[in-house]
Amino acid sequence: MIRNNPFHVILRMVAIGFAASGPGSMAAADSAGPIPPSARFPQQGGQALYEAICQGCHMPDAEGAKGAGAYPALTANKKLEEGGYPVHLVVYGQKAMPAFGGFLSDEQVADVVNYIRTHFSNNYDTPVKPDDVKAIRQPDYNYVKLD
Amino acid sequence: MNDEFASGYAPAMSRRDLLSLIGAAAGSSAMYQAMISLGYAAESHYSGAIKLEGNPTATSVLILGAGLAGMVAALELRKAGYKVQVLEYQDRAGGRSWTLRGGDSYIELGGFKQICEFDKGLYINPGPWRIPYHHRALLDYCKRLNVALEPFIQINFNSYLHSNSAFDGKPQRYRHVMSDFYGHISELLAKATNQGKLDDAVTKEDKEILLEALKFWGSLDKDYAYKEGLIASYFGRGFDKEPGGGLDGAPVPSKPLARDDLLRSGLWRRLKNGLLYEFQHTMFQPVGGMDSIANAFQREIGSLIRFNTRVTEIKQSEKSVTVTYEDLSQGGTLSQVTADWCLCTIPLSVLSQIKMNVGSAMQAAIDAVPYAPAVKVGLQFKRRFWEEDDAIYGGVTYTDLPVRQISYPSTDFHKSGKGVMLGAYTFGTAAVEFTAMRPEDRVKATVGYGAQIHPQYKEEFENGIAVAWHRVPWTLGCYGMWTVDTRKQHYKGLCEIDGRIALAGEHASYLPAWQEGAILSSLDAISRLHKRVVGG
Repeated sequence: MIRNNPFHVILRMVAIGFAASGPGSMAAADSAGPIPPSARFPQQGGQALYEAICQGCHMPDAEGAKGAGAYPALTANKKLEEGGYPVHLVVYGQKAMPAFGGFLSDEQVADVVNYIRTHFSNNYDTPVKPDDVKAIRQPDYNYVKLD
Repeated sequence: MNDEFASGYAPAMSRRDLLSLIGAAAGSSAMYQAMISLGYAAESHYSGAIKLEGNPTATSVLILGAGLAGMVAALELRKAGYKVQVLEYQDRAGGRSWTLRGGDSYIELGGFKQICEFDKGLYINPGPWRIPYHHRALLDYCKRLNVALEPFIQINFNSYLHSNSAFDGKPQRYRHVMSDFYGHISELLAKATNQGKLDDAVTKEDKEILLEALKFWGSLDKDYAYKEGLIASYFGRGFDKEPGGGLDGAPVPSKPLARDDLLRSGLWRRLKNGLLYEFQHTMFQPVGGMDSIANAFQREIGSLIRFNTRVTEIKQSEKSVTVTYEDLSQGGTLSQVTADWCLCTIPLSVLSQIKMNVGSAMQAAIDAVPYAPAVKVGLQFKRRFWEEDDAIYGGVTYTDLPVRQISYPSTDFHKSGKGVMLGAYTFGTAAVEFTAMRPEDRVKATVGYGAQIHPQYKEEFENGIAVAWHRVPWTLGCYGMWTVDTRKQHYKGLCEIDGRIALAGEHASYLPAWQEGAILSSLDAISRLHKRVVGG
């Protein structure tokens, strides 16, 4: 197959186009599917990831918030003692919280979980490792696409 | 998304596949398949005003939520003879059908407060903002409730398609991308046809028709070439020097974008947006703001709504439903209300946190739907430079920058003075990142990104307001995200009446995020509920 065949390019674009079908257009469509690496969060390190993602709902001080429903506080949170629990939440989501597993590498998940577990009046000193994240990932899982 | 289309390119390509590939490149067949697999390409299930016949003899229904789903139910059930009450968390009706104007203040979760500084008459719709012609139920309610509509411009051939990594980051006019994409693809296909490479696929007679069609559709010259010239300019992409009058009136054609640059830019992907069934013209918007719809409903059934109530428990028995709520206007004191039936339109992001004695199927469904991030940012500028400088009247510019979409107002054309445009309408990871910012930083970032497309931003920007839906206190998210798998497992469980409780809202529809979905789910739920009441 010729690499630069224009139709080859078209096909590749189609593949990318639908994997990242995106804003507005497909609010209605199926929200699961392969997520291209370009759509992942670029931030590295626990703090940068917390500030780019988690604090949207759990707030900059990790105190959560309350309206008609609530976002739980992560401060002094005993549920974080066992690292596997927050790892599972970040990767697969829970109830209305979307899964972030498709948008984060194993290392990013471990970093952000460890950051939360050692900040905001949490002091759990057995860090989660990227391999722990890898271990809970189901192969070929269809992560929700966030749009 | 359908795996078949996301799995990448085919290992080998037969000539016979060429035509279908072209179709796929334009998006139609892939999109259609994807939609079919989800039950989309179907017509709206609306066949005129609902008829709830039979006498419910003073049966009472408690409706939770005064968004469109709740208010449609209140209107129709009262008309059918029910005793209706509505509890609403906010101090206003309409839910996500909402408009922000100058002077409005908005406090999001976390306590971040914004005051909208738009001039009089200027607004943004942070939630729904457009109504397709085939959303028959919503349009019918607009008609019945005298909500004035005007056209919403979705496609603008003079707006921009922009990628940071294509054409040195220079935005391209929609009409250039469109004409050149059609032209180059048609030329290639004509070449293959003329070389006999499609002889297996088309008859000799059809070959002539195909060539004629390609020439016409692609604006090709007599030699089936797509190139700089009057044909390409007149038939689509426009001129370098417009045709004029008098001595010096002769037009100068414009030069097409190079084929490979265009293909690799990916900009053609956005050509399809306005052609998708859900965005096809004619689209409408209510005159003066989307909340005209909520206001119209409120005029009809506003007296039935108790505002400032936060539901904490929904408990049913064999004979009734009792809802406990905090009365926020009374410092949060707990009150209860009991009715024969309950129609709950509370978003699942909130409902999944409310204690409720329903069966496992409904509870599992309530807990199975994650909510989408989405952010809109409205920007006020000193003048309507997009019209004055760029000849863009309404429509949408698409970009791969985090703001994703810029939309120009569909009203007040040529009005002198200030204007408000939608500076960002973003989903996905970009929306997550915007949500995590302070509101003023979202506005600042939006201005910074937009200036890469419209340099006038720097001079003309005045103020802005940013709504991140995960921070909206009454929904904690924009809309319910379903997948093929979750629909299969949970959709029925969500929609089936559980004892004396029925659910409705966009989350209980195949039209997520659309007002039409909320209305159709509500009409369906009250029809089934009514059948139980009058049918015994």
